[in-house]
Amino acid sequence: MAKRIDVSGLSAYYGSFRAIDDISMTVEPRSVTAFIGPSGCGKSTFLRTLNRMHEVTNGGRVEGKVMLDDEDLYGPGVDPVSVRRTVGMVFQRPNPFPTMSIYENVAAGLRLNGDHRKKDLDEIVERSLKGANLWNEVKDRLNRPGSGLSGGQQQRLCIARAIAVEPQVLLMDEPCSALDPISTLAIEDLIGELKSRFTIVIVTHNMQQAARVSDRTAFFNLAEVGAPGKLVEIDDTERIFSNPTVQATEDYISGRFG
Amino acid sequence: MATETPPATAASAKGATRKGDRIFLGLSRGSGITLLAIMAAIAVFLTWRAALAIGADEANFLTSFEWDANADPPRFGIAVLAFGTVVSSVLAMVLAVPVAVGIALFISHYAPRKLAAPLGYVIDLLAAVPSIVYGLWGALFLVPHLTGLYTWMDTYLGWTGLFTYHGGAARSLFTVGILLAIMILPIVTNVSREVFRQSPKMQEEAALALGATRWEVIRMSVLPFGRSGVISASMLGLGRALGETMAVATVLSPSFLIKASLLEPGGGTFAQNIAAGFKEAGSTGRDALIASGLVLFVITLLVNGAARLIIARRKEYSGANA
Repeated sequence: MAKRIDVSGLSAYYGSFRAIDDISMTVEPRSVTAFIGPSGCGKSTFLRTLNRMHEVTNGGRVEGKVMLDDEDLYGPGVDPVSVRRTVGMVFQRPNPFPTMSIYENVAAGLRLNGDHRKKDLDEIVERSLKGANLWNEVKDRLNRPGSGLSGGQQQRLCIARAIAVEPQVLLMDEPCSALDPISTLAIEDLIGELKSRFTIVIVTHNMQQAARVSDRTAFFNLAEVGAPGKLVEIDDTERIFSNPTVQATEDYISGRFG
Repeated sequence: MATETPPATAASAKGATRKGDRIFLGLSRGSGITLLAIMAAIAVFLTWRAALAIGADEANFLTSFEWDANADPPRFGIAVLAFGTVVSSVLAMVLAVPVAVGIALFISHYAPRKLAAPLGYVIDLLAAVPSIVYGLWGALFLVPHLTGLYTWMDTYLGWTGLFTYHGGAARSLFTVGILLAIMILPIVTNVSREVFRQSPKMQEEAALALGATRWEVIRMSVLPFGRSGVISASMLGLGRALGETMAVATVLSPSFLIKASLLEPGGGTFAQNIAAGFKEAGSTGRDALIASGLVLFVITLLVNGAARLIIARRKEYSGANA
C-alpha cells in the first residue's frame, strides 16, 4: 500500500533558474511529513518533483534521484503518467472538475485506469467519500455538480478523488490555505486518519498545522531571493519544534523571520 | 464616518454633477438611442416592404418553388432558398467545426510556442481574405478540382441518394458548403482557441495529477470547460455562412429546384439570390427579395437564440461557477 520515498541529490530548474538545490531526504511510509519554510524556498516545487508534476511547467526539469521503494521515478523509460497514478496530489485550491457530478469527480481517476464496472465504481466511490469524511454530507446528491459544494467540502471531494485510485503516496500542497478554520480542522482530522493507509507529504505555511498533523517536519530555506531553496533539516516534528539542531530553524519557528 | 458616506454616494447616483460626466452621459445615452432607432428603422422598412411583396404574391410564399417576382401577377416562394441556405451552412459547420476545434487545441495545448504563434497568424490571415477572393478561388480552382472527389463519392456513397453525381461542373451546394467551411474556419478556430487558452490551469493539473495523458487532460478539463465557447464559435460561423453572398454567388450555378443529391448543380441561397436578382428586379421584385432577406434575418435570430438556450442550459455545469 504505502511506500517509502527516498530522495537523493535532487535539484529542480525552471529553464536555467535553479529553484531547489541538492535535496536528499527519506519519507517514511504511513506517516505524515510536513514541509515548512518561507515563501519561495522551493517546498512546493520539491513536492511537485515527487509526482513528476514539476516538468509539466514550461522549462521545468529535474536532476537527481527519487526512489519509491525500489522504483526510480526518473529512471529511463518511466512514464510520468503512471508515476502520477501511484503518487496522488491535492492542491492548494480545491479543484473538482466543474462539469462533473460529485460521483463522476470521485470516479474520474478510476475511469482513466479503465475501470468502468458500475458496481465496483459505486462501491469505490462510496468508500472513498467515506474515507474523505464526506459521504454523509453528499450521499443524497451524488449527481449534483461538485462545484456546488462549500470550499471545505470541495477540498474533501478532491481528497476522495485522489484516494479513490489507491495511490501509494498522497501529496498535499497547502491543502487548507483556502479554507476556514472549521474546514481546516476537518481536513486535519482526515489527514490523521489517512496516514494509516498512505504515505503523506504536506506543504504548509501554518506551523501550528505542521505541529498538529505531522510526524516528521522538514524545514526549507533560501539564502536570499533568487537563490535556490535548500533543505535545512528534517527531523521528528516534536524535536523540530522544541529543540532544532539548526539556528535558522529555531528563528523561523519562533517567528523571528519568514 | 459611516453616516457621512451615504449622502456623497446619493449625490453622485442622482446624476452628473461635473461637466465631463454630463457630456459623457449624453454621448453614451445618445449612441444607445441612435442604435435602437437605426434598428427600428431597418425592421420597419423590411417588414413594410416584405408585407407589400407577400400581399402581392400569387404563390405560397413559404412553400412555392418558383421565383417570378417580376412577372404579372408575381409568383414567388422561398422554399428553395431556405433549403439551399440551411443545407450549405449546416454542411459548412459540420465540415469546419471538427477541423477548427482540432486546430485550436493544437495551437493552445500541443504545439510548441514557436510554432503556435505563427500558426495563429496564418489563421488570422485567412480571416482577412475578402469573400470575393474566396469566391474566385472557389470558382477557378475548387470547382474544376472537385470532380474527382464527386465521382468517388458517387461510387461509394451514391446509394444514400444524397451524393449521386452525373458529371458536369461541380457548382453545387456541396461545393458551396466546402467553400463556406473554409471561410468560417478562422472565426471558429480563433474563438475556440481563446476559450481553450482560458481553461483553468487548476483543473488541468487536477487531471494530470490523477494520471491523465495529455488527451485525457483535454477531454476531462479543457473540452468540458470550452464546450459552450465552441458552441458560440460554431454559431458565429454559422451566422457568417448563412449570410455569405459573393462567394456563393460566384460558385453556385443557381436554379429554383430542390434536388435530393447535394452534388448536382442548382439550388440557391437567400443572400446569393438577392445579389443575383436585385439589379434587374422591378419594384415588386425588389420587395420580394427584401421579404426573403427578412426570412434570412429571422433564421439567423433563431440560430442565435438556440445557441443561447444550449449555453444557458449547461451553465450549472460550466466552468463559470468553478
